[in-house]
Amino acid sequence: MLSRRIIACLDVRDGRVVKGVRFRDHVDMGDIVDLARYYRDQGADELVFYDITASPHGRRVDCAWVERVARIIDIPFCVAGGIRSVADARAVLHAGADKISVNTPALQRPGLVSELADAFGVQCVVVGIDSLLDQDGQWRVRQFTGDVARTRALPMPTLDWVVEVQRLGAGEIVLNCMGSDGVREGYDIGQLRAVREVCHVPLIASGGAGASEHFAAVFHQADVDGALAASVFHSGSVEIPALKRYLQSQDIEVRHDRN
Amino acid sequence: MSKVVLIDAGGANLGSVRYALERLGAQVQVSSRAEDIASAERVILPGVGAAAGGMARLHELGLVEVLRDLRQPLLGICLGMQLLYDSSEEGEVECLGLIPGRITKLAPGSLARSPAAGSAPDTARRSRVPHMGWNRLQIRREDPLLAGIDDGAQVYFVHSYAAPLGNATLATSENGQEFSAVVRSGNRHGVQFHPERSAAIGARLLANFLSMSS
Repeated sequence: MLSRRIIACLDVRDGRVVKGVRFRDHVDMGDIVDLARYYRDQGADELVFYDITASPHGRRVDCAWVERVARIIDIPFCVAGGIRSVADARAVLHAGADKISVNTPALQRPGLVSELADAFGVQCVVVGIDSLLDQDGQWRVRQFTGDVARTRALPMPTLDWVVEVQRLGAGEIVLNCMGSDGVREGYDIGQLRAVREVCHVPLIASGGAGASEHFAAVFHQADVDGALAASVFHSGSVEIPALKRYLQSQDIEVRHDRN
Repeated sequence: MSKVVLIDAGGANLGSVRYALERLGAQVQVSSRAEDIASAERVILPGVGAAAGGMARLHELGLVEVLRDLRQPLLGICLGMQLLYDSSEEGEVECLGLIPGRITKLAPGSLARSPAAGSAPDTARRSRVPHMGWNRLQIRREDPLLAGIDDGAQVYFVHSYAAPLGNATLATSENGQEFSAVVRSGNRHGVQFHPERSAAIGARLLANFLSMSS
């Protein structure tokens, strides 16, 4: 049976891995290749490299580090941030990434999702969605979230956007629940359940992991295909081998690395 | 040192397959030239993309007959495996016809519980398309390609179309339906999953292929 995926997210700024809280105050975590190798050895099922400066500043992803990672890593990885065109995506995929993820550029020009799906197949195309609950009780998408000074609220309800990107050709959706991101109090189960109802492609939960129990809860209660986390893995407060043993004890199918 | 020609048919995973082979110490030549492929010790056809585009590219490069005539070990990966079959529903295209059968689209359904997985069931789950993630192999027939790989081993899949079960099937997996995950017919081998992204199990499968000779 298909395993539930444990995904380590590495935020990249100027070629280094960084981590912030609630999308701000980033601190240096280390070299990309060293951390990629570390998480692979820990038993992460997949890695996501999110270039947090490329998207808001209109820069392209630097493909040199993508290739360095591809040479040493034997698990799948996705690159997000700064991909605005088929040409940008091709460069990243040819450097060795397995998938590319688009967020702000897809909001600015939804046709990009279709162009990417036509060029590379839906299995390469991940749409990242940053979502926050507004005071009227509606979840809505945000853009430019890599830079707190430029983050903008959009009128688009999150659930409508989830439906739309699947129609356009998204092969996977990463839902980042901004209200719970970085605070380690658990995934936003309510929102993820609502999105799961309308999401027929693989769905990845992001934002809020603080303990092993949070992963079990999001798999059991929101039926997501994968759970993404960064700070709990970087800090070592959740270690992936122990997390997987715990999830297995909770009857959740996970991958065991047999070296 | 093991030598292999990796066919450059425009697939996006060319680099990752090359790096995986190089990590195993293989001498890799990336080529789309008929003479390189015809004279290779062994040949790998990788592929990410759609069947119609993949076949169009092989026709354009003049490789269709070259691949049909190969007597050396040939390994198709993902779309490369699908192209070994007679035809594909994806784009209604005629493929290489090296393994009998037709590639069809996976339909969303319920996920079967693999007997190898042990203990109580996961929460009720529906399968999704694309089939994306780590899934188990059920080994149906022993073969040198699967040497050292246990029943229930987990490998990484990303695909929306799949091959039926048949005489060539060595291992299966499932996503709403059972499909062929590893196949072999004579010198022709195929894997639906991505060995270059399947950690130690994938490396073992590639190493097994690299040890084959015609």
